[in-house]
This record gives sequence, C-alpha cells and structure tokens, in this order.
Amino acid sequence: MQVLNSPTQATSGYATQEPFLVIDNLSKVYPTATGDFVVLDGISLAVNEGEFVCVIGHSGCGKSTLLDMVAGFRQPTEGEVRLQTQTISEPGPDRMVVFQNYSLLPWLTAYENIYLGVNSVFPNKPEAAKKHIVMEHLEMVGLADVANKKPSALSGGMKQRVCIARALALRPKVLILDEPFGALDPITREELQEELLKIWQDHQITVLMITHDIDEALFLSDRVVMMTNGPAAKIGEVMQVPFARPRDRARMMEDPKFYELRNEALDFLYHRYAHDDT
Amino acid sequence: MTAPLDIRPARSRVNLQHLGSQAVNWLKGLIAPAVAILIFLAIWQLLTMGPDANLPTPIRTVSDTWELIINPFFNYGGTDKGLFWQVFTSLQRVALGFTLAAIVGIALGILVGTSSLMYSALDPLFQILRTVPPLAWLPISLAAFQQANPSAIFVIFITAIWPIIINTTEGVRQIPQDYNNVARVLRLSKPEYFFKILFPATVPYIFTGLRIGIGLSWLAIVAAEMLIGGVGIGFFIWDAWNSSRISDIIIAIIYVGIVGLLLDRLIVFVGGLVLPEEQKQ
Repeated sequence: MQVLNSPTQATSGYATQEPFLVIDNLSKVYPTATGDFVVLDGISLAVNEGEFVCVIGHSGCGKSTLLDMVAGFRQPTEGEVRLQTQTISEPGPDRMVVFQNYSLLPWLTAYENIYLGVNSVFPNKPEAAKKHIVMEHLEMVGLADVANKKPSALSGGMKQRVCIARALALRPKVLILDEPFGALDPITREELQEELLKIWQDHQITVLMITHDIDEALFLSDRVVMMTNGPAAKIGEVMQVPFARPRDRARMMEDPKFYELRNEALDFLYHRYAHDDT
Repeated sequence: MTAPLDIRPARSRVNLQHLGSQAVNWLKGLIAPAVAILIFLAIWQLLTMGPDANLPTPIRTVSDTWELIINPFFNYGGTDKGLFWQVFTSLQRVALGFTLAAIVGIALGILVGTSSLMYSALDPLFQILRTVPPLAWLPISLAAFQQANPSAIFVIFITAIWPIIINTTEGVRQIPQDYNNVARVLRLSKPEYFFKILFPATVPYIFTGLRIGIGLSWLAIVAAEMLIGGVGIGFFIWDAWNSSRISDIIIAIIYVGIVGLLLDRLIVFVGGLVLPEEQKQ
C-alpha cells in the first residue's frame, strides 16, 4: 500500500503497462504521381528497457525508414512511436543515432566532434565537467590518444568508435545504430561488435540496431526482428536469441542452437523472402 | 589526408639533393612556356615587319615604351602617371567593389541557400541577372550615382556578386544530409549550426565563387574605366588609343594579364590558408 503512493513506483507501475519503446502500428506512405508508395505497412514492436534488438531485412525493405521514424527524422503516415509513453515528433539526444557513414564533421577533431554534442545537450554543466565527459567517452572506446586527430586521420573502425562515443556521451535513452559496421573489414567489425556488447552491458542502454548480417544480429541481440521485403514491408518474424550473457563468440558458434537460429533466419531471408533483384 | 610519413633519411645531404632536383624540375617546367612565348614573338615579328603594318613589332613596342617599362612609379600629376599607379588605382576600385560583393554575396547566398522559399523566389532572378554583361550596368549606375568613381565600383560589385551568391547558395544546398541530421539530433543552436556545420561545409564553394568573381571584376574594371575616364589602367588604354600610342596599349595589356593572374592566385592562396586540409578540392 505504501509503495503505491510513492511517485517512483507510480511511474514504474505505468511502465509495466507500456514497454519502454513502443512502435505502434507504424506506416509510411509516400504519395507519388502514379499513386501511393507504401514503404512500411503496420509495424508494431515493443522494446523493453535495456534490451538489444536487431532489425534485419534486405536492402530497400524500409529498415532505415523505420529507424528514421524512431529517431524522429521522418514522421510516420500512420501510427506513432512512443518512448516512455511520450510520442516522438522530432530528433533529440535521448535517441542518439550512429550513422552508417560515420557522419563526423571532417573539420573538427575527434574531441571537438564529441564536445559539440556534449556542449549542446548539457549547456549548463561547468567546462571541466564537459571536458571530463568527452575524455571519459573517448577513453571508453580506447581513443584518448587520438583525441586531437581529425576524422580523415582515423581508420573506419576508429571513426565509428568516435561516433559511438559521441552518442553515448549524451546519455541517450535509446541508442540507434544504422548498419554501423557495414563498411568495416571483418576483423574490425568483430572487434567493434564485442566492444559494443561490453558498452551496452556497462551502460544498461536500450539498443535498436539495423544490420543485414545474420551472425552479427545473433551475436549481439536479445531479439532479431526480421522484415519482409518492401514495398509495404511488415515484420515477418521476431526471433528470440537465447544465448547467455556475457556472450562469447567462440562458445556461441559451437552451440547447435546457433546454427538452428541462423538457418531459420537464412531461410526467412533467402527462401521465403528472397530478394528479387530483377 | 593521412599523416605524411617521414621517410627522409639524413637531413642535410638529402635536402641539398632535394633542393637541386626541385630547381631542375622547376627549370624544366619553364622550357615549354618559354619556347611558346618565343614562337609567339617570332610570329608577331613576322606579321608586323611589313612597311604598311598597323601594329608595331615586338622590338618596336619595347623601344617605344621603354620609359613606361623602366619607370612604373612616375607621377606627373593628373592622369599622367606610371603604370604602377594606373594599375594601383584600378586595383583599389576592384578591392572596394569586390569586398562589398563578397560580403553581400556570401550573406545573400547563405540566406537563399537555407530557405527553400527564398531559393525558389530569387534563384531565377539571379540566373537572369548574372548573364547581363558588366558594361550594361554602367549607364544605370551613372544615372544612380551621378559620379564616375562610385559608378565604376558599383559595376565591379554587380559583376562579381552573382557567381559569389550562386556558388554560396549551392554550397549551402550541398551540405551532406548526414551533417544536418547530426545537427538535428544534437539540437544544435542556430549560431552553433552556422559556425560548426554550415559555414565550414560551404567554404570551398564560397572560394570557387570568389575566384570567378575576382576574374570577372578585373575584366569589368578595364572596360568600365575606358568609359568613365580618370586614372586607371582601363582609361590608360583608351587614352593611348586616342593618341595612337599602340605600343603603350600592348604593354598595358600585358600588365592587365599579369595582374589578373596574380589576383586569381591570391584567392587560391587565401583559400589554401582558410580551407581545412580535408576539404581541398
């Protein structure tokens, strides 16, 4: 009885009714000269706080459109996205995005790129605290020693690390990643996947990530959302990934369950929803 | 840009060798243009050697204008000044008109580039006005200012401003969507967006506009000065024509060409100082 009166309990009580991030019957339609072009048709997904969800599907299936609407860059035609029951209407630092092509400003150093965001989101913090946040996050991704280098002097993996550091420095509620490791070589990609997992575990942050790499999705996520082909893409299947955390890549690869899930995903993508390139 | 690898071994020895080979390369580079100039001079000499030629030979040109060549700094008052002063006066007009054009052009370009309403309203107008030949503006500006000097400066301004506006606008419109998305997600303030994203991203385009603008200014000043009179390299040429000093015209043209080239190089040089290494085109 006591707990019901406390305000914190009241909010978390509400949260049990509504999950952390709710994608509610989301549709995106672009009107064209030849009629409406439906990109996404009735996407519904609930993501719990601290969950790691991967969205997987063929290119052109509207995954990026979905992420853009969660990030707030685009508005849905129908339905809505709610974060902690608040309807998302514009981009904001509570949903930081790590873009596919790094999107670091080339004329600023790694430090300045992160500082720009920190300064904009926490304008009232003292200067020393802002500096501390920037350096702390550069250290988190192991790049403190290249703080004063410009992006052009960094490798692709380093650039993406800076992007992740920039995103997390702003203490987002949701981290949105749009095929973040797609442009990296396989070794760097695996390194970054492991780093991302560690960061996710340390920060207890909710992650929504787009990928087209099944192994990556299985290694990282709690659930894999598989989308059907566009136009009018839907969620085809949601796969639970049962592997224990913290995950070890080698051990996971030895698990017969891994191949079962992998085959299921492959079957979904390459047989039931094979991409028709012609 | 990657950090240049310092693979030079022992410094002193290599430096000398390096300097030597650089000088040799530089001289080698001069051979072709020197030969071209010699051939040009020879053809000129051949064409103007006849007794009834209208233009002086190169040798005649130099001997006629020796006074002008060796003493560019004389000043006998009025318009009777050395070529340095003539060029200097023209450059002052260009500097004033071009600076105004740069300030107004960059500001307008950013305004038009950031607002699609302004863009659709003003871009067609700019596209029409930019094709107007510089001298067509002179009567209008004489009517407006009633004085020669402001009119000439206005002609420079109105000639140089269009490429500056159009290139700046284009630069703003070409800002990669990723950078704008970053600004939106970080909720950057307007000034922060301007100084940290819009302006740095637009600078290479601005310099392209400035470079075209300075070239057009220098084209326009010579023509405008021919009409307005007074001191200036343009009127010097016109005056020489009226007094049949053809050799003076030729020397003045060489001056005009060299100064035009130097102006162009100056903008490229300043651009090189301002532009971040990553953005050089």
